Amino acid sequence: MVRGGRPVLTDLDLRIDGGVTGLLGPSGCGKSTLLRSLVGVQQVQGGTITVFGEPAGTRPLRDRVGYVTQAASVYDDLTVTENLRFFARVLGADDGEVRRAIEAVDLGTHADAVVGRLSGGQRSRASLAVALLGEPDLLVLDEPTVGLDPVLRRDLWELFHRQAEGGTVVLVSSHVMDEAERCDRLLLMREGAIIADDTPSAIKQRAGTDDVETAFLNLVEAAA
Amino acid sequence: MTPRILFAVSGRVLTQVRRDHRTLAMLLVVPTLLITLLWWMFKDQGLVFDRLGPALVAMFPFIVMFLVTSVTTLRERSSGTLERLLAMPMGKLDFLLGYALAFGVIAALQSALAVAVSVGLLDLDVAGPIWLLTVVAVVDAVLGAALGLFVSAFAQTEFQAVQFMPVVVIPQLLLCGLLIDRDALPDVLEAISDVLPLSYAVDAMQHLTRSSSTAEVWADLAVVSGFVVAGLALGAATLRRRTP
Repeated sequence: MVRGGRPVLTDLDLRIDGGVTGLLGPSGCGKSTLLRSLVGVQQVQGGTITVFGEPAGTRPLRDRVGYVTQAASVYDDLTVTENLRFFARVLGADDGEVRRAIEAVDLGTHADAVVGRLSGGQRSRASLAVALLGEPDLLVLDEPTVGLDPVLRRDLWELFHRQAEGGTVVLVSSHVMDEAERCDRLLLMREGAIIADDTPSAIKQRAGTDDVETAFLNLVEAAA
Repeated sequence: MTPRILFAVSGRVLTQVRRDHRTLAMLLVVPTLLITLLWWMFKDQGLVFDRLGPALVAMFPFIVMFLVTSVTTLRERSSGTLERLLAMPMGKLDFLLGYALAFGVIAALQSALAVAVSVGLLDLDVAGPIWLLTVVAVVDAVLGAALGLFVSAFAQTEFQAVQFMPVVVIPQLLLCGLLIDRDALPDVLEAISDVLPLSYAVDAMQHLTRSSSTAEVWADLAVVSGFVVAGLALGAATLRRRTP
């Protein structure tokens, strides 16, 4: 497929199952394009993408997939609660879910604050809360933890694992290699290709190292 | 189309406008103030205000709604919220009609105020029913909203969106029969004015002030409504679930 005028993801065959899957790679390697294709907002030139047996982005999937874009897609001039209420009504979710989603991302104390006045991290958490509405079966999160406080980042990864234990398939992208350890399964991506696909420990073992950053480098050098 | 989602969109848009006090005040008060200014200018010129006033009541909601809608929808496109909504069970018509409904409500308030002041305080002479004057103004506002939605697809920035106003709105202002009767225009321009929606909006208003028969008004309204439907259909075509 082509994005930004150049072909990306030209040859990819992938299956994602339950648990928390991390998609890691440098900026511009095609992570967002892959995630957008799964959600069904990306124009695709060729190939098939199937989610729960349906073609990606089709009507039966639209209330089963929670999606967080890289930039916080919430309304800056509404409060956190107003934003969530709106999206909940679109999804047909009730007010109880709105409260639960706000608590899940730890924004309870800012529930009545206008989103535009929140910090960057708080805004992206508000955006994440929207994706949790309606108990989606697939959560696609594009760099949800960028720029967050380490404590909060740990809490969010715990949240992702809780969602996964509840049966949701969670796919999280990041360009920060140290987040890799927190995933059940790891996809390392570079220049539109998946260069490794395994558990974090198996990848490190195969690359003969004990951190993912070095494993990534070794894999790239081995392929060259 | 799902009414629940449509009303969710309208409710949200109205909350956003209510929160923005400056925009709300300008939306409601500016048309009335401008009409009052015009009345003042022609205070000693007899019937001029009676001729221009109704056309302005038709025009202001159209212009204001065009601007507000093109900028808000552009913001929705560029902030990623539109992409998120279209990945949810949101129909394109839910989105467009939700916006049209919200701005229709604002337009109704705006026009009711403008009509009340024009007729009540400024002695605008209206031969036809006054409620119909408000109906025409609301349809004009929705027309502005529909065209604004459509052009927002062709602008990448708010700066560009605002500049569609001289392109789309001003020619219609010049040719709509406000400055010079349309049948006095050169043939080519008259033909062009025949296919511009604002011509019919202003025509409806002028009929209303001159005579109490409403048949022509309804005919004009039907034409304007046709443009609204066409604008919304074109707007829907520009909303893409999948983008490059």
